[in-house]
Amino acid sequence: MNFDFSDDQKQLRDQARKFLAEKCSPKAVRIVLDGKAPYDKELWKGLAEMGFLGVAIPEDFGGAGAGHLELCVIAEEMGRANAPVPFSSTVYLAAEALLIAGSDAQKKKWLPAIAAGEAIGTLALFEGKGNPSPKNVKLTAANGVLNGVKKPVADGAIADFAVVAARTGSSGRDGDISLFVVDLRDGGVEVKSLANLDPTRGQAEINFRDCKAEPLGAAGEGWSILTQVLDRAAVLCAFEQVGGSDRALEMGRDYALDRIAFGRQIGSFQAVKHMLADMYVSATLARSNSYYGAWALSTNAAELPEAAAAARISATQAFQHCAKNNIQVHGGMGFTWEFDCHMYYRRANAMALGLGSLSYWEDQLIDRMRKKNAA
Amino acid sequence: MNFDDTPQEAAFRETARKWVEANAPKGFLAELSKSSLGRIRLAKHDMVEVGKAWQKKKAEGGWACLHWPKEYGGRGATPIERVIWQQEEGVYGKLTQPFQIGEGMCGPTVMAWGSEDAKRRYLPKLASGEEIWCQLFSEPSAGSDVAGLRTRAEKKGDNWVVNGQKIWTSGAHYSDYGLLIARTDPNVPKHKGLTMFFLDMKSPGVEVRPIKQANGMQEFNEVYFSDVVIPDSQRLGAIGEGWSVSLTTLMNERMSIGSRLATGVPEMFEFCSNLMLEDGLAIDDPAVRSKLASWAVKSSGLKYTSYRAISALSKGERPGPENSIGKLVSGIMLQDIATYAMDLQGAAGVLTGADEETVQGQFQQMLLSSPSMRIAGGTDEILRNIIAERVLGLPGDIRVDKDVPYNKIPTKGR
Repeated sequence: MNFDFSDDQKQLRDQARKFLAEKCSPKAVRIVLDGKAPYDKELWKGLAEMGFLGVAIPEDFGGAGAGHLELCVIAEEMGRANAPVPFSSTVYLAAEALLIAGSDAQKKKWLPAIAAGEAIGTLALFEGKGNPSPKNVKLTAANGVLNGVKKPVADGAIADFAVVAARTGSSGRDGDISLFVVDLRDGGVEVKSLANLDPTRGQAEINFRDCKAEPLGAAGEGWSILTQVLDRAAVLCAFEQVGGSDRALEMGRDYALDRIAFGRQIGSFQAVKHMLADMYVSATLARSNSYYGAWALSTNAAELPEAAAAARISATQAFQHCAKNNIQVHGGMGFTWEFDCHMYYRRANAMALGLGSLSYWEDQLIDRMRKKNAA
Repeated sequence: MNFDDTPQEAAFRETARKWVEANAPKGFLAELSKSSLGRIRLAKHDMVEVGKAWQKKKAEGGWACLHWPKEYGGRGATPIERVIWQQEEGVYGKLTQPFQIGEGMCGPTVMAWGSEDAKRRYLPKLASGEEIWCQLFSEPSAGSDVAGLRTRAEKKGDNWVVNGQKIWTSGAHYSDYGLLIARTDPNVPKHKGLTMFFLDMKSPGVEVRPIKQANGMQEFNEVYFSDVVIPDSQRLGAIGEGWSVSLTTLMNERMSIGSRLATGVPEMFEFCSNLMLEDGLAIDDPAVRSKLASWAVKSSGLKYTSYRAISALSKGERPGPENSIGKLVSGIMLQDIATYAMDLQGAAGVLTGADEETVQGQFQQMLLSSPSMRIAGGTDEILRNIIAERVLGLPGDIRVDKDVPYNKIPTKGR
């Protein structure tokens, strides 16, 4: 059994960690947090130069052609650094949708641009409250144009293109949904930034008005493609959440060692020690579940749907748990804007909703486990 | 990243599988496959007798304590081969319950601290199940704080005379030998006045009494010592060095990586898939699904955490500290699952007999037994301390009795 990343992949992790420690310090993250820039453009350029944006994109389309395990490794580091760039929208959602369903021409147009850091992509799925479901897709596509409103769209205000879920039928079945690619620079859209939990990753409303769109994949296949995209993104986001969990745990541990109260390190009190031990337990469970997700993703295994849901749930719970208790360990200082704890708290709780909420994925996991048991 | 054996591992697995296939007591397969929690009971046979027969057969085939050196009854196998063996032995491994304390704790301690003569005399018979060992550490006043134990051993010529009481001793009533830690000097701080021995459990003055537990069962014992004589040749390690010796024992307790802990999740999934509530199947209820999903990912998280450790062993590396979370997670989960299953049963949940509504009372049994999972082998609190101190590097507890002579430590709080 070799249920671990290879030495090369670990080396890539070290390289990414070193790069992000230099280029993505908390100080740099704060420029975006404080609204002084929509995202870190320098960092984005650097990520492209390092080959990280195209790590899982085939060489034929301008990527490094490495694979999803390598992307998992980088995702973990992006989460650890709380990177203020549209990485998940572009790489896990838009690029993966193109890889699964894009025509050769579509791949040629967008994938090399993504790898080069010249195109930001996103997925426009949600329309207000609710979770991923064909029923919740109201935006229509007819005669090659889209009409309707998507919100929230992650990184929608800075995106060059979007993969859009649209209604093309009214049978009440999954086949009513089709996917489209929209070049947002071509007009036909009105984009508005929305205030959100985590300002280091923007959210937007996109209003499509007779907006020209190209089909992505076959008509009526939209929901089936989306399900695959969300499963892949669930695993990749889980690695970001694992990275964030570890960082929040480390911050809490370091502070517990440093801070003196009642004449001793607060980390010597069992109430604090046990809180940190429980954070370690959550983070460890999340990491192990995510490794299984990584295996399923990289081998395109039949187990991917169940593994992705398990990784998603476990990593969401761990990041929320570690981020909130990191603040608790810090006490009053943890509730200041100046300390970095809230950045992870914001990120953890925003990420918990991005691909569908925790209860949505719990529901998915039980469905998928039942399907497996029945088989 | 893959789950495949290396060619050597695959060959070893094949050998093990063939041997199990040819030799396992298949008549017990159904019974062993069913029971998942607590002591194994066989309807018509004595568990210890059946276990001894299986262990003897394994020893003859070279499959007992296989990670031990050959001269002491093992096979000289690597850690990963031991894990593969456990996987292939499967449910028949449950038959080895009477020998687990000996194999996992007493044997390694004798191996590390015993004389060559003692090792050759005792280890092969321990490995083959011919002689069963128990561990005599915990006392009524010394559980988590085991170094605070009171049982006294006093030197009389070439012998030691032991008086005191031990508790929570699994298998004391069928054990041939016991690993005993006792206080040999009450005038020094508690950790410094301890010494380790082993003794014949049939020695005059040893009295074993079963404990009636909170769940109504009797699985453990109290052991009383009244002027029990132990020859000095049965001392392990130097006088006063007992605490260091005990750490060998306890470290081995935590190294058992291949073993799967019961979580209650498969039972709960099955139960919810069949339970009809007023509005339909329990598993279709959103509240039930949410809880089930949370437990399922804990259970899978533990499974893949152990796979990570197995992978480290396969590469010849030492596994990381991740495995320390196993019992902490599963003990709490078992108790929570039992409570929730009964909640779903509603009024009938109070019944503990073979009622159909309660699936023969399996969750009621789980509820009543689960507190022990959170205490035995390190309480939840001790396990969290271990994670906090050894994994996260947080300071140890302030120990007010650390430098105080043992006989000056207060014994009552009020």
